[in-house]
Amino acid sequence: MWTFFHKLGSPPWLYAIAGAILRWLVPITLVALVGGMVWGLLLTSPDFRQGNSYRIIYIHVPAAVVALAGYYVMAIAGAISLIWRMKMADVVMKAAAPVGAALTFIALLTGAIWGKPTWGTWWVWDARITSMLILLFLYLGVVALYEAFDNKEAAGKACAVLSLVGMVNIPIIYKSVDWWYSLHQPASIKFSGESTIDPSMLYPLLLMIAAFYALFTCCLLMNMRAELLQRESRTQWVKKIAGKEGRR
Amino acid sequence: MHPVRKQRLYLVLFVALFSSVAVGLVSYALRGNINLFYPPADVASGKAPTGQPLRVGGMVEKGSVQRADDSLEVSFMLTDYQASVPVVYIGILPDLFGEEQGAVASGVLDSEGVLQATEILAKHDENYMPPEVAYALENSGYDKKGKTK
Repeated sequence: MWTFFHKLGSPPWLYAIAGAILRWLVPITLVALVGGMVWGLLLTSPDFRQGNSYRIIYIHVPAAVVALAGYYVMAIAGAISLIWRMKMADVVMKAAAPVGAALTFIALLTGAIWGKPTWGTWWVWDARITSMLILLFLYLGVVALYEAFDNKEAAGKACAVLSLVGMVNIPIIYKSVDWWYSLHQPASIKFSGESTIDPSMLYPLLLMIAAFYALFTCCLLMNMRAELLQRESRTQWVKKIAGKEGRR
Repeated sequence: MHPVRKQRLYLVLFVALFSSVAVGLVSYALRGNINLFYPPADVASGKAPTGQPLRVGGMVEKGSVQRADDSLEVSFMLTDYQASVPVVYIGILPDLFGEEQGAVASGVLDSEGVLQATEILAKHDENYMPPEVAYALENSGYDKKGKTK
């Protein structure tokens, strides 16, 4: 058990394990995404007030949920790389940032597209939407800060501190609709008590959330593999892989 | 744990904790500005400023929506069931605007306490259901939260 964890710290092992996971996770993700979209977008009933425009929930909510969860992945990886100086945690942190930024952008964009017909405006500076925009800037900030340093060890430390400081934003986003008066409605899926979304609409939504978690994991692992190859490009194991692929 | 790592762990926890406290204090101090709108009760008790742009949010009172025959002018009452604010607006309302539905009006309170609105936004609630379910609930005499009407 522990040897498995120790092996994760070695780049060729991490590269191989990530590859093995991806081999079966990518097909599962594709099936879940297609299945969830067909179920949610085609087979469920329209909403009693919004009609068909509510269906954007099947993209908007999963993207937003995973964007928040992905930030914790990035920040905790950052903390591990600060405390234990694990190089591989640094790789996870760097790989998570662009994926999280993309998901946050999708959530903001689909929210705006839904907001226009529903609320009557593309954008409003309420607490939920503004704090989500800050999340996008935090993700982009980590990406940019990493690139700004020539010394990648210093870059990793700076990014880890930035993501730790930004972590306070996540509970703010989550609770913003309860703490302040906002235009954005409170959560429909509740951890305790009954959800205020009909079960026939809830199950495809839960499937889509699971599919987006899997999608995030796939993108994260692929990013990590690319980053590992780049970092270790002078080592023997990368040359071996490159030689195998290059001779074809 | 190695003492150096322990020290770094404390440092990380310190950074996370104190940045949270700092942001918490800032958002507590600015809580009035983070709120998107004033509830009608705050307008009635004089907490909302008159003569400058503000937003008022609440439910559109049942039976209060009146449309002019010759223009796009519409007037209605926004209520939080403690107080009501009259709103006058000239323009096109969002599709989801309706009586007993949430709405946010932005505009200026005049001296009579009427909100001269320049923009009306519909506020959607967290209830999602197919039309058949809504129809069945309507007939059963229970509202969406399962309470009797």
